[in-house]
Amino acid sequence: MKLLIKGARVIDPVNGKDEILDVLIDAGKILKVDKKIQAQAEEVIDAQGKIVMPGLVDMHVHLREPGREDKETIVSGTKAAAKGGVTSLLAMPNTNPAIDSPERVIGLKKIIKQDSRVNVFIAGAITTGRLGRELTDIAALKKEGTLAITDDGSSVDDEEVMRKAFRIGAKEGLLVICHCEDKSLSKEGVVNLGFTSTRMGLRGISKESEYLRVARDLRLAAQEEARIHIAHVSCRESVELIAEAKKKGVKVSAETAPHYFSLSEEAVLGFDTNMKMNPPLRGKSDLASIAQALKDGVIDVISSDHAPHTESEKDIEFERAEFGVIGLETELSVGITYLVDTGILSWSRLIECMSSFPARILGINKGALTPGQDADIIIVSPEKGWVAERKDFISKSKNSPFTGRKLKGVVEATILKGQVIYKR
Amino acid sequence: MIWYRKDLLGLEELSREEIEVILSTAESFKEVSTREIKKVPALRGKTVVNLFYEPSTRTRISFEVAAKRLSADVINVGVDVSSVKKGETLIDTGRNIEALKADIIIVRHSASGAAAMLAKHVSVNVINAGDGWHEHPTQALLDILTLKEKTGKIKGLCVCIVGDIGHSRVARSNIWGLTKLGARVKVCAPKMLIPAEIEKMGVEVVNSIEEGLVGADAVNVLRMQFERDEKTAFPQQLEYFKNYGITKERLEKASKNIIVMHPGPINRGIEMSSEVADGENSVILEQVTNGIAARMAVLFLVSQAKDKDEIVN
Repeated sequence: MKLLIKGARVIDPVNGKDEILDVLIDAGKILKVDKKIQAQAEEVIDAQGKIVMPGLVDMHVHLREPGREDKETIVSGTKAAAKGGVTSLLAMPNTNPAIDSPERVIGLKKIIKQDSRVNVFIAGAITTGRLGRELTDIAALKKEGTLAITDDGSSVDDEEVMRKAFRIGAKEGLLVICHCEDKSLSKEGVVNLGFTSTRMGLRGISKESEYLRVARDLRLAAQEEARIHIAHVSCRESVELIAEAKKKGVKVSAETAPHYFSLSEEAVLGFDTNMKMNPPLRGKSDLASIAQALKDGVIDVISSDHAPHTESEKDIEFERAEFGVIGLETELSVGITYLVDTGILSWSRLIECMSSFPARILGINKGALTPGQDADIIIVSPEKGWVAERKDFISKSKNSPFTGRKLKGVVEATILKGQVIYKR
Repeated sequence: MIWYRKDLLGLEELSREEIEVILSTAESFKEVSTREIKKVPALRGKTVVNLFYEPSTRTRISFEVAAKRLSADVINVGVDVSSVKKGETLIDTGRNIEALKADIIIVRHSASGAAAMLAKHVSVNVINAGDGWHEHPTQALLDILTLKEKTGKIKGLCVCIVGDIGHSRVARSNIWGLTKLGARVKVCAPKMLIPAEIEKMGVEVVNSIEEGLVGADAVNVLRMQFERDEKTAFPQQLEYFKNYGITKERLEKASKNIIVMHPGPINRGIEMSSEVADGENSVILEQVTNGIAARMAVLFLVSQAKDKDEIVN
């Protein structure tokens, strides 16, 4: 079956394209991207005035299955992904049980095969039960197809355990994703340490707790020549350390989440638990550093860190509420609103950060509109404004920090392997 | 001035004018407590619930007396008798109280932001009687009322707050209230008890008691909670008294007329000597008396709160 998308502004940074083009899809693959394609197609989409780009690749998603299907499932999470324009995602292994053995990977793959609406890739745990003590069988995890290992949600405190993980990761050619947090510093903190924690009378999370661990992991990665990825960077000091390491040739990539360039710690002042995440929202100067780092290429990736939680875990006292926010359904719009519309990033750069770069970091053949590739494509109305509303979220959980905010840019359609899987 | 706030959650969110309205309302309610029949009908037929998740005698009794002098019916819900221990959430409890057709909930809770959370989920009036380390607005109001009574003004006064600033809701509410009214505020404590970036609240930080007291018109001495289960460093009791305890000698050196305040209950011989607590500079019992007027004012104002939209339309 052939599908022809006509007259859109096609932005495909990998192939250096940003012009009005047609896209022809056949048998789930991209056949041709060219001007005014004359072809017989079963379905033709008129996409004038729209932007067509490769589907987003979100390398930081908590799908919660198995174990916490009350928060999210593979079905609900991947439906939310499709709505948000995410056609590929990396599922974090902090499920219950954790994805810490080849058997668990096989089990998860079965559910994914049956239930997922988009491409779901798997990250395995670094340590058994994510307890930071015993390494998992990293080679076996890789053999079952995990694209990375991470104890995300926790940092591996024991330096020698992390060093060994990096060493094996390097040997196996497997990416290690680092959740950088020194818990002995962040302790029971719940908001950014400083004026915010003082004003609110809450325990603070220092920036040191993040960047000192970033520094450690960069040092270990340099020594072990491992390929690492720093997850959810939130502050200027981490950015500076990563920039320096990149200059020295350390094989590091870095990621931030939409809330770290759009919301500052002031958003927390009303004790809204949907503004509570880890690392916490930081100061305005950190916000500016994160945006600049995306522009400069110090931070490579914008991923959602989609972290669904139920109402009963969020609608409680601030200090007791769970950390984390959902993001799959808003991330593209937040990127457009706060980065493209403000002139900080070009469209092409935004697409690199949300699609091409994460695909390259994960080593998957996604994030481009190259003929022969799977036709994972999204069609976006770039100027259309909307307000995120609780009732509209497809995710099982509703803990979005953007509820009630005006955003720009709407995903009109999501195409996965040539099939329209979501249409607004 | 028309009062619009349905809740009193903290002094940070109040304007100078709003604080002044509460103070002048309190001043006019003071007289009620001196009458032979200490009652006015302002809240007759209203039900006030004291919902206390932390042990408190003074604040609870003060609110109870204040509500009763306004002719309200008062129900006390303590942590031991409520269903909280069965796992009922604060929001559920609040909604249940609302369903009983109560009019005002006064809440004391160990979590910062608890009063704000409750207020978001119920339509009855919510008064914060202390939430975690965050705010204790009626305490600050009664402190300010007492200061104003003693000195005739707040603007231009210099007030030193001594003690565990980091863990003190009394300190935070006092800082917001006093600075909004134009007072100069110093906070004085060992470094470990000063929270990060507190100078952004508009205060001066001093680490020695001598610096704290010099030039101060009043000193507000916080209760040191040595029983606090904190893993962070904490000074020893005797060492604290030696370095920060308010003694007659220290006061004499600073200023003869300095006003000494304490939110109670006092640890005699730790924050201040007995001599000072019972001495002529102390206004501690007057604070207790003023607490009733300040709380009557708050109860009265929130119960009269007008809906802004209604007025516009």
